Amino acid sequence: MVAVGLPEPTRAAARRPRNVRGRRAAGRILPLVPALALLALFFLGPILWCVYASFTDVALTGATASTPHLVGLRNYRQMLHDPQFRQSLWLTVVFVLGSAVIGQNVGGMVLALLMKSRRRIARAVVGAIVVGAWVTPELVAGFVWYAFLSDDGTLNAILHAVGLHGKSWLYATPLLAVTLANIWRGTAFSMLVYSAALSNVPDDLLEAAAVDGASAFARLRHITLPLMRRAVMTNLMTITLQTLAVFTLIFVMTGGGPGTKTQTLPVYMYQSAFKFYQLGYGAALAIVLLAVGGVFSVVYLRMMREDV
Amino acid sequence: MTTATRSAPRLSTTAPRRRSAAAAAYLVLGLIALAFLVPFAWLFLSSVSEHATLDTSVPDHLTLRNFADVLTGDNLHALVNSLVLSLGSAVLTLVLAAPAAYPLSRYTRRFGRPILLILLFATGLPITAILVPVYGLFVQLDLLDSIPATILFLTATGLPMAIWLMKNFMDEVPISLEEAAWVDGASGLRALLRIVLPLMLPGTAVVFTFTFALTWGNFFVPFILLVDPAKQPASVVIFQYFGLHGTASYGLLAAFSILYSMPVVVLYTVVQRVLGNAFALSGAVKG
Repeated sequence: MVAVGLPEPTRAAARRPRNVRGRRAAGRILPLVPALALLALFFLGPILWCVYASFTDVALTGATASTPHLVGLRNYRQMLHDPQFRQSLWLTVVFVLGSAVIGQNVGGMVLALLMKSRRRIARAVVGAIVVGAWVTPELVAGFVWYAFLSDDGTLNAILHAVGLHGKSWLYATPLLAVTLANIWRGTAFSMLVYSAALSNVPDDLLEAAAVDGASAFARLRHITLPLMRRAVMTNLMTITLQTLAVFTLIFVMTGGGPGTKTQTLPVYMYQSAFKFYQLGYGAALAIVLLAVGGVFSVVYLRMMREDV
Repeated sequence: MTTATRSAPRLSTTAPRRRSAAAAAYLVLGLIALAFLVPFAWLFLSSVSEHATLDTSVPDHLTLRNFADVLTGDNLHALVNSLVLSLGSAVLTLVLAAPAAYPLSRYTRRFGRPILLILLFATGLPITAILVPVYGLFVQLDLLDSIPATILFLTATGLPMAIWLMKNFMDEVPISLEEAAWVDGASGLRALLRIVLPLMLPGTAVVFTFTFALTWGNFFVPFILLVDPAKQPASVVIFQYFGLHGTASYGLLAAFSILYSMPVVVLYTVVQRVLGNAFALSGAVKG
């Protein structure tokens, strides 16, 4: 597929007559065609089908699997009256706010600030440990945290050793459990982004402020953070979108349970489509998930626009 | 955690205060690092323990039997499946993304902007949501259990980000170098292959690693699209080990998890060593 000849860019193109320029532009798009075709087939196509399916009663098995009927807005109306949907939307909001916006974001910032101007060896060791959690496949992270928080798991053993009483964390505080696990897994990304952004904050500016008597907190608030604003916004957008799509971690740790206590939108979508075979309803849930992601993505796009 | 930074000295110009602030920072860093490390303990201890359970205890004597036992023919086959999926999608991604990024990098003004914006938009969409319709598509086209089709889908999911990254790395290669080649009569493709790609080899390595790791770690996509046990990758097979709750297979689960994590950990380490963190991120997050 690479064999598609790439056009020669030339500066003279601007001076050529219109039709020649048009042909040149077409030639220039040519190398993009294979990639765009694949995206259309496996990205755009499914999304369009998803929109269509969300208006039908298509099921995974049974009569409606082969001959689905258009049911109009029934799936969406059902959604509005579905307490499980409302709950899953709420859980998703709490999960994203707790683990991405607060946990990963603040945690990453704190780590980056603490690591700045520390000894190289300390940065290397702490960095390696935190990044290690990030590099670990999501599935394994799920196992690790399942074991860590289980009844006779490591956390309870530690608590017991210092004379405290443990809990059945995965049953008593399941949402907190998956949130903590996702913070553990995702903080490295924010840390790397913020470390890179921090290294661009000029030291002499901070030193001058310190000489003028600005406290460390004042320097952070009035110099460092304003200079990192763009990095913070970009990072917040990225981790929000990533967390919105988290499925495996929750699926492994709690399976959405106990009951439906950790059934975020992706998990509920999976349950509806693949467990209860309501593909149409699952598609409608997918549309909602896509729409939420789409809204965030547009905001993200607006922020990145100047760079394109 | 925030209190530590905030309680940093008000006047850090005096040496003793600065030193105590540094000590506090090291202490907090140490505690955070420990908190990040402790959950791993179970994984490593159980993998070398004879009778592993969910509790973390140092085994009486260390054994590598779990690792030996987990390396059965079926499990190796699953790892090979993972390799086929990951290599397949990583190579295909590069083959598609490099030529696609070239015009986007070189002629942005004319037509590239809308395409770049669409690609950027697509990188933000939750892939998880697309899996329901993709499943429907695979059923209708009779593509379930097809490894090549799964590779194509995995490639499509990673492609927007890959093209975007490639374009950013390509922007760093000065166009004047290609102009010299065109004068010598080289075609655009030749210039891309001979001049641009070799100069952006680090960027290409980042995109490759990124795509490979993404596919290797992916559980949901093969879990839905590959039903035949003989075609499932390691992620899905390990999950089935996990499904055997209550049975004494935790040692095997831990050992298999470590073996399965190893390739991506090694790949990340190598790329990070060779290229450095800052570089790997420079393309991913601009600004």
